[in-house]
Amino acid sequence: MRPLTIVKSLAVSLPEANIDTDIIYPARFLTDTRKVGLGEYAFLDRHESNPDFPIRTGMEQKILIANENFGSGSSREQAPWALADLGLRVLIAPSFGDIFHGNCFRNGLLPICLPVPTVHELHRSAVLGREFEINLVDRHIRIDGTRLAIRFDVPPDGRESLLNGWNETTRILENHTDDIITFEHKQRSEQPWLWH
Amino acid sequence: MSKTLYEKLWESHVVCTTGSGSCLLYIDRHYLHEVSTPQSFESLRTDKLSVRRPETNIAVADHSVPTRRDGRPIADPQAAAQIALLEQNCLDFSIPYIPLDSDEQGIVHVIGPEQGLSLPGMTIVCGDSHTSTHGAFGALAFGIGASECGTVMATQCLLQKQARSMRVHFTGRLQDGITAKDLALALIAKIGTAGAVGHAIEFTGEPIRNLSMEGRMTLCNMAIEAGSRTGLVAPDETTLEYIKGRKGAPKGEDWDKACAYWATLQSDSKASYDKEVELCVTSILPQVTYGTRPDQSLPDNGWIPASLTDDARNALTYMGIEPETEFDQIGIDYAFIGSCTNGRIEDLRAAAAQIKGRHVAHGVTALVVPGSGLVKKQAEAEGLDRLFLDAGFEWRAPGCSLCVAMNDDRLPAGSRCASTSNRNFEGRQGVGSRTHLMSPLMAAEAAINGRIVRTMGTGS
Ligand code: SF4
Repeated sequence: MRPLTIVKSLAVSLPEANIDTDIIYPARFLTDTRKVGLGEYAFLDRHESNPDFPIRTGMEQKILIANENFGSGSSREQAPWALADLGLRVLIAPSFGDIFHGNCFRNGLLPICLPVPTVHELHRSAVLGREFEINLVDRHIRIDGTRLAIRFDVPPDGRESLLNGWNETTRILENHTDDIITFEHKQRSEQPWLWH
Repeated sequence: MSKTLYEKLWESHVVCTTGSGSCLLYIDRHYLHEVSTPQSFESLRTDKLSVRRPETNIAVADHSVPTRRDGRPIADPQAAAQIALLEQNCLDFSIPYIPLDSDEQGIVHVIGPEQGLSLPGMTIVCGDSHTSTHGAFGALAFGIGASECGTVMATQCLLQKQARSMRVHFTGRLQDGITAKDLALALIAKIGTAGAVGHAIEFTGEPIRNLSMEGRMTLCNMAIEAGSRTGLVAPDETTLEYIKGRKGAPKGEDWDKACAYWATLQSDSKASYDKEVELCVTSILPQVTYGTRPDQSLPDNGWIPASLTDDARNALTYMGIEPETEFDQIGIDYAFIGSCTNGRIEDLRAAAAQIKGRHVAHGVTALVVPGSGLVKKQAEAEGLDRLFLDAGFEWRAPGCSLCVAMNDDRLPAGSRCASTSNRNFEGRQGVGSRTHLMSPLMAAEAAINGRIVRTMGTGS
């Protein structure tokens, strides 16, 4: 996974709440078994109803300011894959769908939760065309032309993974194989029915 | 210290903590389907990893399969390739696979319990958000993404953060004709689609104890529509009765040991939850959604509200419905009975009883899609297929069908469907299609009338 430390870019504003993963990645493209190159399907139905819809291939912003419950619904990882494929690296919203939120960290995308009024401010800055700097090292958002420095929290595991570009699977095997074996021995003797 | 059921399930699967607030959680069962796993296997190959315990996995194709099959090849080349890839991946990594032509094939959340593979006390995952279904057995079950599917196969573990606990306590008595689906939709209408985000819901109370396993599965299935990855019901006699004798169920001495352990899987009486909601079920009427989110349920008076939030107004525009209309004036084009929410035998029995001797309205296409081959066989043994066919319904082969519109079953833009599935999102049943969620009883009644009619209460 590509590490993420500091992202400097303009931001795109999508103020609509409850953008579910069916909207981000329509189901009819789920038979595509690729992981890269899925950006062309992102928000496709929105493009049909709104030719100026800003989240599309060729977009230059790396930051998306969204709204409540972004990425709710289906667990399809095609949603974060498609967004990452468009070059997006940071998503900011008051809240995210749980599964989507976790999926972002595994795909080089940083989801940031901030209170509603703050997100509201960020939407304004995005629309005004200000440049954002997202710093995952010191966990601050800075906006060009303002003295604003907004601190954000992010789950420590996810942060470390993003900073280092870690692969979760191989890291578990490297660090915890012995722990897993110990657990398995115990479970096998206590709950043998799980082992035939 | 007093513990909730969720805490007990969680703690019994912690392999170790990682120091940053997460735990490495051991996973007992992984269900695979064709959509969320091609990229997981690709990662295994890239990282040169094997599957740690292949026998704890089981794979089946459901999402992209056509429901008109009769042994014919799959027409959509991309769907055919996706299913063939699942077969090949299972072969390469020694994972048990249920072939498309097997009687045991079906929707992943229907076949797991049916095969006795979802047991109390287990951790169960699948690359599908409706994995919460299996929580009906008192198992810690939750949906994951494709990357995590790869992690589970290679390590038998996942890095997870413990959720906050939430109790949804039902009181009162369900009226006849009110189903678990109505309970689920009424709850979601009350707490909203984000009402349980970050929480693991445990359902408690007399009405839950009185639900069959099918009903409990329907309810836990919909937990994700309230934002919770996990829905739980503590195991009891009903649970044991359902599991006993099934293919994957423990046998002999193991059965007794398992039962003794499962009896401990209850929240302690003094356990405290981070959040509590109480809902009296006595006055719940049949539920039906009017908008594009599962929490946009029709008020009891049967009228679309006059004053609406912007959100609801946008939803109504998409749905092609005016505010302040009486709901039963709205005609439907399709009715769909099926999905992992309502594609089980009990659902089909209820719908069949509702339509017996009647006929689908002119101009309505009505589909019944059993959740699995075994459900289909059982229904046929009971003569339900004949009832449906005689009434003008189509009787299809198992699959996700119109729940997801990524297979041959898709609705045209602007068409309206009475559906027993779980999501009424924009375009969920086909680009521009309009979905109203409801119980199998209500969907059957809608098919007959050509419009949505409450089977009881105001507006019927
Ligand atoms: S029936 Fe619908 S919700 Fe259930 S697994 Fe299939 S697509 Fe998902």
